[in-house]
Amino acid sequence: MHSNSKSNRWIKRQTRITRVTHWAWALSMFFLLGSGLQIFNAHPTLYIGDQSGFGFDNSVLALGSGARAFPAWATLPSGVDLATGRIIHFFFAWVLVGSLFLWLLGALLSGHLICDLIPHKGDLRDFKQDVRVHLRLRLPHRRHYGPLQKFSYGLVLFILFPLIVATGLAMSPGINAAVPWLSEVLGGRQTARTLHFCAAFGFLAFFIVHVAMVLLAGPVNEMRSMITGWYHLDEGE
Amino acid sequence: MAGALITRRRALRMTGSGLGAMALGGCNILDGLSDLDHPLRAYMERANVLTMAAQRGLLDRDALAQEFQLADIRQPQRPNGVTNPQDADYLKHLNAEFETYRLEVSGQVARPLSLSLRALSAMPARSQITRHDCVEGWSCIAQWTGVPLSTVLERAGVLPGAKYVLFHCFDTIERSLSGGVKYYETIDLVDAMHPQTILAYGMNGSALPVPNGAPLRLRVERQLGYKMAKYIRAIEVVDSFETFGRGRGGYWEDRGYEWYAGI
Repeated sequence: MHSNSKSNRWIKRQTRITRVTHWAWALSMFFLLGSGLQIFNAHPTLYIGDQSGFGFDNSVLALGSGARAFPAWATLPSGVDLATGRIIHFFFAWVLVGSLFLWLLGALLSGHLICDLIPHKGDLRDFKQDVRVHLRLRLPHRRHYGPLQKFSYGLVLFILFPLIVATGLAMSPGINAAVPWLSEVLGGRQTARTLHFCAAFGFLAFFIVHVAMVLLAGPVNEMRSMITGWYHLDEGE
Repeated sequence: MAGALITRRRALRMTGSGLGAMALGGCNILDGLSDLDHPLRAYMERANVLTMAAQRGLLDRDALAQEFQLADIRQPQRPNGVTNPQDADYLKHLNAEFETYRLEVSGQVARPLSLSLRALSAMPARSQITRHDCVEGWSCIAQWTGVPLSTVLERAGVLPGAKYVLFHCFDTIERSLSGGVKYYETIDLVDAMHPQTILAYGMNGSALPVPNGAPLRLRVERQLGYKMAKYIRAIEVVDSFETFGRGRGGYWEDRGYEWYAGI
């Protein structure tokens, strides 16, 4: 009856748990990436297997060649300081893992996971249409996530997050003793380190696309929905 | 449409400069974290206590570190830190092919010991092929042979109330105006009594080479390399390590590294 009335186009899009954990992840990823690059700089070579080849070659990436691999502006702290890098990294690793569990619990209980994030048949059908819309950079403000949104959030939530946590744990000698299969399924400790590095850049790529989409879709509406929860839908949604 | 474009562009510019200012300002503020007394650093370092509690509490305390096959030894063990000590007392033992060397075991023990290399080799030995994980990020697989630390500690008789085992080393790792700083390390009794924690005198089938810590080095297989003191001169059983060095339990710990290096 009042489908065109103004009030019907405002929805509470994000729960409090989603909003709080979203910003906890944003903060954690900033500190984890900077401190992670600091840690990487201590030995800027990546390998495949259990060990690092010094008497043989199993390296897949070598940066820096004696000089600093990642420059001062990219690392936390900016100077060469592995000890502080590790302290920052492991503190925010705990923040990240804690908020991931909190989010998962909330998303399961509220139905957010099942209703909003798991793709449905319709998503497959609308996929091409959604790609076309994105290519034209005209991003709609819909009641539900579109297929591309589900795809990219799914990639981060169900692939990148588990991968970066698992590969991180696989590098810990303490975890390694108690749970040896973890590093084994990941291809050995040094492969796990390589995958951890790749996953970090996967997050960086997601962050760039994510921020670009927010800016294109209208930063005020998008930011509001992730801060207060309120989201303004397009007409007719 | 044109209006929208300008808004977008302006929004991009504003966000960009905002992030830039944040990053620049943030870096300067965050560099203060390198100071060991920074309160925020001290707070963040408490995550190490959480890590240790989680690993000790949730996982099997007696779990053995992964052991590898002879075929996995594909290269010499990469040495790190001090690789050629020039300390007079060390050189004296080295020149005598460690015939004069005695491992002193003292502190909170019922029977202080003084053990020659021969006496240590006569004790039941353990060999293990394990992966050495350096805090820098690299790993290297080698075979280690030595006497379990638990055997030595049981012979000495650890007194009730003792909590840590402190390793005094021969090597001066840092020279400063106030004199040299010698390497030292501490581990707790859970790790000290672990079957894979050995005082190694052999590596890859021969005597332990000087760069890797001859005549005696520690292996604590469930922690990082810096816990595994080389060139061990004496072992002291203590209830606290606050009075040693700068009080954080080891040479690298005193320079900001975590005491628990199981991560």
